[in-house]
Amino acid sequence: MNVWRLVIREIKHRKLNFAMGLLSVAVAVASLIGAQTLLTGDRLLTGQLLSAKETEVRTAVSEKQAAVEQAGKELQDVVRKQMLGLGFNVLILPKEQSLSEIHLNGSMSATMQEEYVDRLANSKIMTVNHLLPSVTRRVQWDEQDREIIIVGTRGEVPIQHRALKKPLLDEVAAGRIVVGHELHRQLDLSEGDTVQLKGRDFVVSKLHDERGSVDDVTVWINLAEAQEMLGMQNQINAILALECGCTGDRISQIRAEISEILPGTQVIERYSQAVTRAESRAKAKASAEKALADAEAFGAQQIAMEEKSRQEIEERHAGFAAILVPLVILGAVVTIGLLALMNSRQRSQEVGILRAIGLSTQQLMLVFLSKAALIGLLGGVAGVFGGLMVGRLLSDFEAGVIGWNELLETSQLSTLIVIAPVFALLLSGVASWVPALLAARQDPAVVLQGE
Amino acid sequence: MILRLEHVTKTYAGKSSLVHAVRDVSIGVDHGDFVVLQGPSGCGKTTALLMAGGLLSPDSGLVSVTEQNPYALTANERAAFRARTIGFVFQQFHLVPYLSVLDNVLAPCIAADVQDDSCGRADSLIERFGLAHRKSHLPGELSSGERQRTALARALLNKPPLLLADEPTGNLDQENAEAVLGHMKEFAESGGAVLLVTHDERAIPFAHRVVRLRDGQISDEMDRSSGGVN
Repeated sequence: MNVWRLVIREIKHRKLNFAMGLLSVAVAVASLIGAQTLLTGDRLLTGQLLSAKETEVRTAVSEKQAAVEQAGKELQDVVRKQMLGLGFNVLILPKEQSLSEIHLNGSMSATMQEEYVDRLANSKIMTVNHLLPSVTRRVQWDEQDREIIIVGTRGEVPIQHRALKKPLLDEVAAGRIVVGHELHRQLDLSEGDTVQLKGRDFVVSKLHDERGSVDDVTVWINLAEAQEMLGMQNQINAILALECGCTGDRISQIRAEISEILPGTQVIERYSQAVTRAESRAKAKASAEKALADAEAFGAQQIAMEEKSRQEIEERHAGFAAILVPLVILGAVVTIGLLALMNSRQRSQEVGILRAIGLSTQQLMLVFLSKAALIGLLGGVAGVFGGLMVGRLLSDFEAGVIGWNELLETSQLSTLIVIAPVFALLLSGVASWVPALLAARQDPAVVLQGE
Repeated sequence: MILRLEHVTKTYAGKSSLVHAVRDVSIGVDHGDFVVLQGPSGCGKTTALLMAGGLLSPDSGLVSVTEQNPYALTANERAAFRARTIGFVFQQFHLVPYLSVLDNVLAPCIAADVQDDSCGRADSLIERFGLAHRKSHLPGELSSGERQRTALARALLNKPPLLLADEPTGNLDQENAEAVLGHMKEFAESGGAVLLVTHDERAIPFAHRVVRLRDGQISDEMDRSSGGVN
């Protein structure tokens, strides 16, 4: 016979008292563990949701960015094609060139040195891009019995101090000819066909789409061949250029700059639509960039809102736990104390006789505290499991994918799980201490005289 | 002398006045003695027995058990002393309700000072008191006689030199009362000392000596072994 046997027999005899004690401890520990599970789950869920939101926003922004870049490229390409269609919008001509001749005949008779274009390319000019030297002449195409405009070009001359840009117009190679829309339509030409011009054979390298301008009755050949054909060696009629995205009085700025580099020239502006298109391209780009910035700001706002919402939930849960847990623990302490007191009262005769047959105060304390320890330990373990289940049930786990492993890996919760049964044991011991002491110090004479 | 009460007095504070439960009582119980302390209810019998058992300290006078004053010991030393020296039997049996007969008999073994060989006597005591067939039964399943025999077996487990019994036959029929008293006499004749407190006349034939108490004082004393009255 020993204390443990006595304790176990008594527990079996007074099952309800033991069960009530166990339940009190389990509820106290479950509230503690449940609250911690809930708060840990909240934290993990917040992390997951914010991370998912950030990924979602990042993806959306990057898709937007890709779309913007793609649109930009497409727009640039379209503009480039349009610019090509419209032609260069700045024309640098010898000063003596009559504009009437250009507008009425589509031809130019005044010339300047081809070297001018190199001078311009080697200068620090800022207001124009894409320099294209050319000769332009209205001639009779005897072989086809019609009048045409011949343009000789050598391709774009890169401006030395600028980064190399994709040319608006490809160079026409020697022996090749590019044909305007009206001409190739009437002559039923195809790429690869050979045509004769001024007694020379040319292979058709490209056929232009309809542009609705003088370009439709123009052919483009290599500059050197054109100069030779027209007797204009080292001479050109014009330098075509594309103005930069200048602001303010653009043409005045261009004229001022060019007249310093190339004295004896005049500058005229053509096709202001091109400028408009360029401006609209810039506007579209700015608008796209703004849309991107808006998307980023919207994403950041959404993340902030999500964060705030989660923070509010976490604070609400933490506040609830801060009130509930101490109350439940206090309630459990009181309940366990009352149960222990009730138990010691119920057992007063038993305690009296045990004292009479020789059990010491410490041994009687051990009888009561062993039971309390058992209640604490078993209740603590049950409370841990119960708390985990309740915490999990109360948490909004469906919103994320939080497994037990993730929960239990958090140091706070895992530490609490280990500590909780010890805490429960102490809690039960402390609550039962005074009743146990009262019972153990009971005067056996009083009890035995009471019969 | 196993038990000596010398001029012991005990007074309780009543609601309106002092109650002199025991006044200047002196009793001696030696090896082989079966002493019956008899008297009407409220005469101080139980108080005298509790003082003899080291459970209630007297206001004055001396209590000596096996030549030792239990009240000179600390509470825990006194508990250990009781475990070694005194066996108790009460009218209400005071069995632990959730322990079987065997476990009740073994209850003194929880006390650290009880010898292991004493604990080994439980089965033979149960056999001796005719409880073998009730060994695993709870007190609630026993008759009054069986309960009291269980309490007696518990009291004698540790082979105490002194057995103190308070109205042990109060709830028993003739047959069971005689059985219990017979076992007590047997214990006394085997060298133990018995002080039995009762108002039950059935105990007298078993006693070697009868001491009568009235109003807390000894009124007369009869030595039945010699047949004389003191």
